[in-house]
Amino acid sequence: MERTLFDKIWDQHVVTDLGSGMNLLHVDRILLHDLSGFRALRALDDAGETVIHPELVVACPDHTVASDPTNPFASETYDRVGDEFRILCQRHKIRHYDVESQEFGILHIIGPELGLTLPGTTLVCGDSHTCTHGGLGSLAWGIGSSELVNVLASQTIIQRKPKRMRVNFEGSLQEGVTPKDMILHLIGQSGVEAGDGFAVEYAGTAIRKLNIEGRLTVCNLSIEMGAKYGMVAPDEKVFDYLRDRKHVPQDEIWDKAVTHWRKLHTDDDAIFEKEVLIEVEDLKPHVTWGTSPEHVIAIDGAVPGLDSTYGEEERLAVSAALDYIGLEPGTPIEGVDIDWVFIGSCTNSRISDLRAAASVIKGRKVVEGVTAWVVPGSAMVKAEAESEGLDKIFIEAGFDWRVPSCSLCVGANGDILSPGERSISTSNRNFVGRQGPGSRTHLASPTMAAAAAITGKITDVRKLV
Amino acid sequence: MQAFTKLTAIAAPLFRPNINTDIITPMQFLVGTSREAMGDILFAPWRFNDDGSENPDFILNMEHFREARILIGGPNFACGSSRESAVWALHSFGFRAVIAPSFGGIFANNCFQSGMLPIVLPEKKVAALVRQLDAAPHTATFTIDLETLLVLPSQGEAIPFKIEEFRRTALLEGLDDLGLMKKHSDKISAFQTTDRRSRPWIYSENFG
Repeated sequence: MERTLFDKIWDQHVVTDLGSGMNLLHVDRILLHDLSGFRALRALDDAGETVIHPELVVACPDHTVASDPTNPFASETYDRVGDEFRILCQRHKIRHYDVESQEFGILHIIGPELGLTLPGTTLVCGDSHTCTHGGLGSLAWGIGSSELVNVLASQTIIQRKPKRMRVNFEGSLQEGVTPKDMILHLIGQSGVEAGDGFAVEYAGTAIRKLNIEGRLTVCNLSIEMGAKYGMVAPDEKVFDYLRDRKHVPQDEIWDKAVTHWRKLHTDDDAIFEKEVLIEVEDLKPHVTWGTSPEHVIAIDGAVPGLDSTYGEEERLAVSAALDYIGLEPGTPIEGVDIDWVFIGSCTNSRISDLRAAASVIKGRKVVEGVTAWVVPGSAMVKAEAESEGLDKIFIEAGFDWRVPSCSLCVGANGDILSPGERSISTSNRNFVGRQGPGSRTHLASPTMAAAAAITGKITDVRKLV
Repeated sequence: MQAFTKLTAIAAPLFRPNINTDIITPMQFLVGTSREAMGDILFAPWRFNDDGSENPDFILNMEHFREARILIGGPNFACGSSRESAVWALHSFGFRAVIAPSFGGIFANNCFQSGMLPIVLPEKKVAALVRQLDAAPHTATFTIDLETLLVLPSQGEAIPFKIEEFRRTALLEGLDDLGLMKKHSDKISAFQTTDRRSRPWIYSENFG
């Protein structure tokens, strides 16, 4: 029978069928962070359970560590969990990459970077952006703390098999348009619920042309469309990217793995319950205007009004979003003043993101009154950027060059905006209070964020390049 | 885990689309709040004013709905972050079931870990229930029967719902997932033995 990429990986991991569409699946990799992972390890202890395969688990305290280079341990949350998390990991013999280690970073950055994430694997983490790892052809998804306890204790998880959806991105991106714009456009067009109950495969010529980091960015926002799983079929680019990374297999085992991975693609006649086509030729840079990732428009668009076809409840939601974000209907999004620029997060803090932003910044200055941060996604990204001199470009322009952390994406480490402040941010959620109580977030690509740093306003980066 | 068989309780309508788990339990209150105390921060941005006082217009602050045990949410209820605190906060406040046209996928799984019943009903049916409650809040006592798979509003017809038989049995008996997974430990071992041969790169000896 013809099968999709998703089916091939899912089927390979079924330990047993539990009936009514539920399967017991083997889990190949578990990532733990210092909030849900910490709670899970405590709960595991309380239940008297043990970690059955600690060697398949990797932990990193990315959420509560701050991006302050002088004191990444400054947050109250780190005080509460940091030491105990490390001790719990040690006791359970779980590899814990500490802040000082050269492997440290945001889990969804270091997974691919260290070769912890491999094509065809199942990978879970107590974090909804775990779908990021799908960019390498891994079936990866976010789970809650209790599910995490179950996985740690059994190396399996009970899941209902989702439906399949394929998004075909066709064509070539124009200069100044990025993978972030592709996925924001999709979410804007389809809505934040379109992927609920689906595993999404991203395909098409535009996806094939993307480098691995661009694919990771696309997959990262799958959950913002409601899809727990988002993935791209692995190809030679993936194998080239992974070869010789820290945790990948070597020699004949590597060759055997690659042979296996080459079979991981959707068969020609496989069926998807839902298919979407997006032509990217005319795609423009996108930016969000509201408090949901589906509140997104092209840079030449205007904040929508309330006179469209909304139902009553949706009308109230849009009205509340406009009220919170402090913008009037009809306001052109280009030209909206910002206070903050955040380049970072598991969405857009990889080396190619920093290179792209630096290319816009080079020789220019951050406008007075704007606070601009670059938070590299990992120690490796930071070191690589510094070896290329990107840090100097940012610092000379007036950016803060920070240390790896989830930082301003999550509001869990002391890095927050003040109430009412407005940011342009390369992260993934513009939710109410996401960057701190009262914060106003506009999601965009790294180059769009860089452009706004220079002008102090939401700006079409294509006018600067 | 607490078993769920039949629940008769007040249902509170909160019929807004795409309520995310950041609203249900905001990050700034999460760390340091115990699972049992999470009810105190439930829907904090809506439930409380900036000075910490109660927002009298929020549904759960209205006298009649303070004792609600059933929540009626909008489409894509509890989307976003995987934080299980969303379930714990609802549970700690007293909720035992949520009715909505659809749920965030991670949240729905999390519900079953705490004996919380997520019920999916067609959007029109949910909207009709909400209209009924808006018009006549005193009619808000509903019964949910997991044995017969029926929602019985105080007015109007019983509404059937579906749930995976596997989940239904677990809720009725108060069984958690791990207990069931352990019943399959032989199958898990056998899977790994075979898998180790076909995919040796997954396992520790090849995990540098």
